[in-house]
Amino acid sequence: MRSDRGHRAPLVLKIAAGAGLLFLHLPILLIFVYAFTTEEKSYQWPPPGFTTQWFAVTWNRPDVWQALGLSVQVATIATAIALLLGTLCAAAVSQTKFFGREAISLLVILPIALPGIITGIALRSAFSLFDIPFSVWTIILGHATFCVVVVYNNAVARFRRTSGSLIEASMDLGADGFQTFRHVVLPNIGTALLAGGMLAFALSFDEVIVTTFTGGQQSTLPIWMLEELIRPRQRPVTNVVAMVVVLVTFLPILAAYYLTRDGDQVAGSGK
Amino acid sequence: MTAAVEFQNVSRHFGQVRAVDGVNLTIAPGEFFAMLGPSGSGKTTCLRLIAGFEQPTGGHIEIFGETAEGVPPYRRNVNTVFQDYALFPHLNILDNVAYGLMVKGVDKATRYREAEAALELVKLPGYGARRPGQLSGGQRQRVALARALVNKPRVLLLDEPLGALDLKLREQMQEELKSLQRALGITFVFVTHDQGEALSMADRVAVFNNGNIVQEGTPEEIYKQPKVRFVADFVGSSNVLAPDVMKRLGGEARWASLRPEAIRLKPTGEGVPAKVLQASFLGASNRLLVEAGGAKLHVMLPADQAVPAIGSDIALGWGLADAHYMDDAA
Repeated sequence: MRSDRGHRAPLVLKIAAGAGLLFLHLPILLIFVYAFTTEEKSYQWPPPGFTTQWFAVTWNRPDVWQALGLSVQVATIATAIALLLGTLCAAAVSQTKFFGREAISLLVILPIALPGIITGIALRSAFSLFDIPFSVWTIILGHATFCVVVVYNNAVARFRRTSGSLIEASMDLGADGFQTFRHVVLPNIGTALLAGGMLAFALSFDEVIVTTFTGGQQSTLPIWMLEELIRPRQRPVTNVVAMVVVLVTFLPILAAYYLTRDGDQVAGSGK
Repeated sequence: MTAAVEFQNVSRHFGQVRAVDGVNLTIAPGEFFAMLGPSGSGKTTCLRLIAGFEQPTGGHIEIFGETAEGVPPYRRNVNTVFQDYALFPHLNILDNVAYGLMVKGVDKATRYREAEAALELVKLPGYGARRPGQLSGGQRQRVALARALVNKPRVLLLDEPLGALDLKLREQMQEELKSLQRALGITFVFVTHDQGEALSMADRVAVFNNGNIVQEGTPEEIYKQPKVRFVADFVGSSNVLAPDVMKRLGGEARWASLRPEAIRLKPTGEGVPAKVLQASFLGASNRLLVEAGGAKLHVMLPADQAVPAIGSDIALGWGLADAHYMDDAA
């Protein structure tokens, strides 16, 4: 039920809503606070003192850079694969009719509905079955399975809103397949791909479960953090990294949200 | 003279569905040609075959003497005005109109000058900076027309071009399209399910049914001499009479078409007896609905003639040549 315009919510409801939001976001804030604490062995509240030394310490730790580098590499390549396959699949499903179209649409979306642990175990047993050694590429393949879904979902929604006769109109006016893609298809689905790609990147960047099953000796940033928590020294380094991860994943998701929202005006049909 | 478009026994089957089934068709250069028919009759598929969006599953198509099979849409000197106009939403009006020249590599100054000229031709000068979403339906239609014409096509295809417009705008666009076609001398092929539109605009009309042409001719021929019952029924307005009714009315026992304006009132006792059911005032004429020979007929009376009272008994007559006999087959 929707209350009338201008009708004010009772105080109790406001407090409840505020408490709910605090419950959701206070822990994140705590992570930020502990990044500045002077106590390095345990998370003590209140922090005995504040310092920015951990930023310098983090900067000088090669293992952080290694993990970050690997995460960026995995996320970038997985996103690139997802953009290519997701767009092609979305184009096929939304622009043509063929036998098994609905089944394919469902199978593509399935990996994101499955728990990560199932995907992880499945991939791990498949890799061992075919004697594929675990490497960066197995991690990338694992991540690509769910990155494709995100790109596909964004692209298919935009394709459906884009009138099919636009492509025919372009061909009719003398543009070949490549020109049509460049001048008509891409401008119409561009923001959807950007949004899908950003979401895919963010998903891959903080993925733990599938990575655990598909990785060898390498640790991506989230895995490195998990291992770091067990060690007693220089704990705030983890918090500094966590802050960076929050920023790195939060900004693209925010951007993706605004891009797809604006897309409503961009992608109307020819009518 | 080479035909603008020639279909030789052309078929387009989609699995079991025979959308176009053995069509023979010749469209002369500079002709305003209408493809008329109900939805699913194959007329739009024929248009798409000319545009190159569909390839025939059988037969042969020539466009100005050149084989069209296997030639993609972007290599045909043919342009289409789409039913939903299909203007590019991400481009402004000028870029929309200049699109065809842009992909052909025409330099910016030239293509914008020609696009401006095309917009002037369709009476939308200075609209170049706007977006398709800011225009009305009628304006978008004109932009779609300009976008096609700027490429100087040898054949312009129009797919239900006036379907989305309101009545007044439609009548205005009918006249404009006709004068534009006469001025440019381009072959126009347009698809419509509106018989009034086809008859008033086209030089020649092909009536489609079930994937084939049932009759082809000038609007007058189609209207006055329908070959088969389907044409008389679809073109409308005429009285289509079954064989038994014709026999009771004193004619041959065959299907016939009898135009409302060919029927005259006669002094009682002389002609066919009839009873007036309804009368409607149409401005220049009055239309009666009468019952005669067990069937309902429309009769068109000139406005200066007195309208008989509803329910009164009258007598009707027509010339022997006015009853146009035709085949039952669709």
